[in-house]
Amino acid sequence: MKRVYVNEQWCLGCHLCEYYCAYANSGQESMVKALKDKTIRARIKVEEKDGISFAVNCRHCTEPLCVKSCIAGALTQKDGLIVIDQDKCVGCFSCIMACPYGALMPNEEGVMQKCELCTTNSHMLPVCVSGCPNKAIVFEER
Amino acid sequence: MGINYLYPDFEVHRDKDKCINCRVCERQCANEVHAFDKELNRMIADDSKCVNCHRCVSLCPTHALKIVKTDHHFKENANWKGEVIQDIYRQAESGGVLLASMGTPKDYPVYWDKMLINASQVTNPSIDPLREPMETRTFLGQKSTKIKRDDQGRLITTTTPQLSLNIPIMFSAMSYGSISYNAHKSLAMAAQELGIFYNTGEGGLHEDFYQYGKNTIVQVASGRFGVHPGYLNAGAAIEIKMGQGAKPGIGGHLPGSKIGEDISKTRMIPEHADAISPAPHHDIYSIEDLRQLVFALKEATAYTKPIIVKVAAVHNISAIASGIARSGADIIAIDGFRGGTGAAPARTRDNVGIPIELALASVDSRLRQEGIRNNVSLVVGGSIRSSADVIKAIALGADAIYVATSALLALGCHLCRTCQNGKCNWGIATQKPELVKRLNPEVGSQRLVNLITAWEHEIKEMMGGMGINSIEALRGNRLMLRGIGLNETELQILGISHAGQ
Repeated sequence: MKRVYVNEQWCLGCHLCEYYCAYANSGQESMVKALKDKTIRARIKVEEKDGISFAVNCRHCTEPLCVKSCIAGALTQKDGLIVIDQDKCVGCFSCIMACPYGALMPNEEGVMQKCELCTTNSHMLPVCVSGCPNKAIVFEER
Repeated sequence: MGINYLYPDFEVHRDKDKCINCRVCERQCANEVHAFDKELNRMIADDSKCVNCHRCVSLCPTHALKIVKTDHHFKENANWKGEVIQDIYRQAESGGVLLASMGTPKDYPVYWDKMLINASQVTNPSIDPLREPMETRTFLGQKSTKIKRDDQGRLITTTTPQLSLNIPIMFSAMSYGSISYNAHKSLAMAAQELGIFYNTGEGGLHEDFYQYGKNTIVQVASGRFGVHPGYLNAGAAIEIKMGQGAKPGIGGHLPGSKIGEDISKTRMIPEHADAISPAPHHDIYSIEDLRQLVFALKEATAYTKPIIVKVAAVHNISAIASGIARSGADIIAIDGFRGGTGAAPARTRDNVGIPIELALASVDSRLRQEGIRNNVSLVVGGSIRSSADVIKAIALGADAIYVATSALLALGCHLCRTCQNGKCNWGIATQKPELVKRLNPEVGSQRLVNLITAWEHEIKEMMGGMGINSIEALRGNRLMLRGIGLNETELQILGISHAGQ
């Protein structure tokens, strides 16, 4: 399965991936309308320390701890992709505790959101990948 | 700060309705122009630090930014223009030589734009390159003037060493030091993929790039940086750099601040020591001296590699070229005065040398008159901006052309002409690791390959239009060119007729 991978050697720490992610999942047509004067809730996060930076989002683990920890059956694995049914999520945060990558976070309504590789928005291909100015984020089979 | 004589050249215009405070401009500006003001909850900018490199503009996801030339001005004066006055203020402040980089921005005539290309109509068929083969392969090196046979009457097909190019375009010399590791790697990877050559410049060859040796021209310049037998034998050809179009007659100076561990090793000089290339080669004061170096390098490489001699286009270039053609060199590279540089005194860059178009035409004519044109191939550079310039250069007599500024533009350069500051936001003319990493060679090399491939398509298209299916048939074919808006002397030097003739 194709996944999003990060080559930290090329990550500039520009954080554009976060903004493109928040925009893509906003459902808005305009990036300005989607993000102006808002605190963004991106499903990808740039970690940085001492000049090293890299973006982290859901690894779509083959043995996903988040799915195992979900008490509501909201997280499931479909053809390798870990998806969330936000109608089922009860906001218990168990998945947050279980995920070693910090790839889940609550949305504005308090239920969990996560990277679903842009399969649930109108972009089809991950926008963090197309939006990265230095090809630090790639979408490929490994 | 006392009196500030200089008003910022540029203004950063931010559309507040569009700015989403993502701060990418702030994070990407090495000149620290942008900042986020927490109290105001918006981005602010210090115009005085802006060099107009467009990094922020290009990365702004909402197109909220543009850089505008200031309309602040001095009282109109056709003689004492604003930039002239500002230069005087700068020198009155610093007492130093004004430094500049890339090619001259002055408004000198561009002869490429005053020449028009021919096309076939009715009496001779044009050729469609998508349907018929079109040959752009070029060999650079000495060409035999006679057909020779052995005692059995068989053709002797051995030639002196030649460079074989899929398309007559090469990346010209830019040293590792003046440009970054990743810029060099991008050029090397692209040259390999395109079947052409890139040039190390005078900074030696990084050990990681020996693998690209078959597509590398190694340079020997007046500083002799990084020159050793392994280096000379690593490349496909050796270039002796006598001069550079942007700064004829002067040497180079890479400041010690840029000589980190890697560059120090590659250049074979101590870390943080200034790398100073003398103005002349101290062992070359005549064509005879040049001949000695040419043959020393041929000896060092067992006569397996062509030797290029690169000179800047200056007033008596045809006589100089005639001498070089007799020195044993295989290729002459001529660099016009619009060529780029990582740093040069502004006055030299803007006032010394001559346009490459005139130099090329005069050298090609002179070598033909003297019957020594086949002794050498001619490569020209110094602001070749498009495939049309390539066609015109070849029709004027060039065997191949060198591009560097165009290549850097493909890598992201926006010609802000502040390479000398070492803070290139595009990761090209810098040695700062956090800036160098901005140029991913995978992206860079692909953009270079795209550019040259696009030019190749256009060259074939225009050749086809002229009814020419081989680049050989275009070479020196000045009948394919006509001048427009040129005077008699210019037409005579270029060896072309005026449009309509």
